[in-house]
Amino acid sequence: MTMNEILHNLFVMLVFPGLLFSVACGLLAVWIVRKVTALIHHRIGPPPAQPLYDVLKLLGKETLIPEAGQKVVFVLAPMLGFAGSLVLATLLWRGNLRPGQPFLGDVIGAVYLMAIPSLALILGGSASASPHAAIGTSREIKLVISYELALVLALIVALIKGVGAGATLPLSLGAMAAQTPVWSVSGMLAFLISVLCVQAKLGLVPFDIAEAETEIAGGVLIEYSGPLLALWQLMQAVCLVALPLFVVTVFLGGFGHTAAGMAGGVGKLVLVLVLLILIKNTNPRVRIDQAMKFFWFLCGPVLLAAIALAMIGRARGIGWL
Amino acid sequence: MKVTMQKPVLPVGPVHPLQEEMEYFQLTVDGEIVTDIDVRLSYNHRGIEQISETLQFDQVPFLVSRICGICSASHPLAYVQAVEELAQITPPERALYVRTIINELERIHSHILWVGLAGHFIGYETVFMWAWKYREPVLDLLEAITGNRNNYGNVKVGGCREDIDPELVPEMLKALDPIAQKMEMLTKAVLDDPILHARLKGVGILSKADAIRYAVTGPTARASGVPIDVRRDDPYAMYGDLDWNVITQEEGDVFAKAVVRLLETLEAVKIVRQALQQLPGGPVAVEVREIPPGQGVGHVEAPRGETFHYVRSDGGNRPVRHKARAPSYVNVPSFKASCIGQKMSDVMITLAAVDPCYSCTERIAVVDARHGKVLYTYEDLLRRSREETERIRERFV
Repeated sequence: MTMNEILHNLFVMLVFPGLLFSVACGLLAVWIVRKVTALIHHRIGPPPAQPLYDVLKLLGKETLIPEAGQKVVFVLAPMLGFAGSLVLATLLWRGNLRPGQPFLGDVIGAVYLMAIPSLALILGGSASASPHAAIGTSREIKLVISYELALVLALIVALIKGVGAGATLPLSLGAMAAQTPVWSVSGMLAFLISVLCVQAKLGLVPFDIAEAETEIAGGVLIEYSGPLLALWQLMQAVCLVALPLFVVTVFLGGFGHTAAGMAGGVGKLVLVLVLLILIKNTNPRVRIDQAMKFFWFLCGPVLLAAIALAMIGRARGIGWL
Repeated sequence: MKVTMQKPVLPVGPVHPLQEEMEYFQLTVDGEIVTDIDVRLSYNHRGIEQISETLQFDQVPFLVSRICGICSASHPLAYVQAVEELAQITPPERALYVRTIINELERIHSHILWVGLAGHFIGYETVFMWAWKYREPVLDLLEAITGNRNNYGNVKVGGCREDIDPELVPEMLKALDPIAQKMEMLTKAVLDDPILHARLKGVGILSKADAIRYAVTGPTARASGVPIDVRRDDPYAMYGDLDWNVITQEEGDVFAKAVVRLLETLEAVKIVRQALQQLPGGPVAVEVREIPPGQGVGHVEAPRGETFHYVRSDGGNRPVRHKARAPSYVNVPSFKASCIGQKMSDVMITLAAVDPCYSCTERIAVVDARHGKVLYTYEDLLRRSREETERIRERFV
């Protein structure tokens, strides 16, 4: 590797579209969520830089580590989660923003990376030695078990839609971004349910069960403070863009390679974000057993039906099924 | 080695984001199921009754309105009615109408406040913000009459301090229409929301038998099918002459409590409208010169249930004994009946469903449980408190 390549890779990782860019986009998305939520509530809402101020303020605060907790795991968990979310965001941004270049990574890799923030939350919560965190952790585990199945089933619909002439599975993100499965019955169903899965992954109402402030006082995050809490917030901010970006890439055709395509891509991203905000503000928090039943016994059969529809559509050559 | 399994206990409090006051519930949990609850209160004891005995009869209403910021019309009214009973004073009719109007406006804003908070407790922030927004015009009406949004300080022995400006009456009647509209909209929104049904129905059921056994009051009792309401059972102010209904529901769950409160706001609007239309002329207070020796009780249907005040006078200018009992005092113990066996998420909203108000309820007695001996008498506590004050003063001097 030449010096130039090393510098270039460092730039990709740390500045664009890695650390700095992903975090900036994430904080902007956090502001959009907070501002739009405030408007729905008839409130004024925070200024654009408020999410940044929040993080900066936390960086200057003391880090408290629970005496009875697993100290190493407690400290490493937010770093792991933040790193995982950054890799995911970098991968997706790089693929979407580089016209003509091959997309790095495939869908399975992305699903794997998307699980890391949740796993990190589980690790951090279980290392906190707090009854609230313990309950939050058990809820987060149940939530992961609930939505992962639905998410994978939704991806299978998109995969069937995209099976090429040579019957090869379009596992690479690039092949996924080249199609728009949303313009079909099965694709639309899969898209909508995947948005709900993203809602659960992000821990937004109605699926903020693991944090549930008024029940378990922050749950998995209750013992975190200062810079470590700031890391969690950054992780959630990065995920707030990365996960919708994943949905846009898989179901809505990603970012185009022209200027218009870029603008369209941003539009799609905002659309998914608005969907998330609307769901967040028109629902109360559900119980964990209700969430589980919803994803398994409602979304599951619907997605199986969508898979069947997609296969029929493919066998008969009916595109809109 | 002896191995003991400790039951996992989830503390809710003493400071917890669930509620804005200090409360402490120890939930013994088995996974998500709550198997026992220990209610521990008294983190905010303020000695209201004792302070009241050092004030003059006319000063006490200002004090008792601070028992609870939300029931700040009910407590003074109950106290004033107790004094009026002991001194056999009949306030003028106009004053009774003004009292009715203020107390019903208070019921509307208190119930809407609860609806908003209930939304917040189950993570439905939009309901929280919207309900509180719709509560504002009610507070404006109260401010127009008394000059204050809360802590009205309007009721006094023998009548009211502030009269309703006759020019304001048509304006207030007009302002009631949009309020009623919003209340109806809110009621409909709650009754029609399938996710709220899923979240609140069948949750935290307080059976009729338990409601009677724990002697709960107010909407908590009426949602369990116990049709008690001081306004109807022992009418005070002008409630006996106005046309309104006692709302009851049979289910006893959190949803029923929400429905009772929402429908009661509509009844309250009805009462306020009638009272404004029938508002007679004349003075708003009679002169009271002396409070004779004797004792009296007053009770008022506060938004949370019956609030009860007892006053004894020895003919001086201060009550020699003043006892207040807020509705939460009887409603909170019913958690033993409604929370055990529920899922934890449901317990949280059940705890909030009686609309508890802790600092109204706080009282203190330090007892040696083994010997049943009272450890600190009132004099002891007073002495300790004064010593502490002296210490603080010395530090500052």
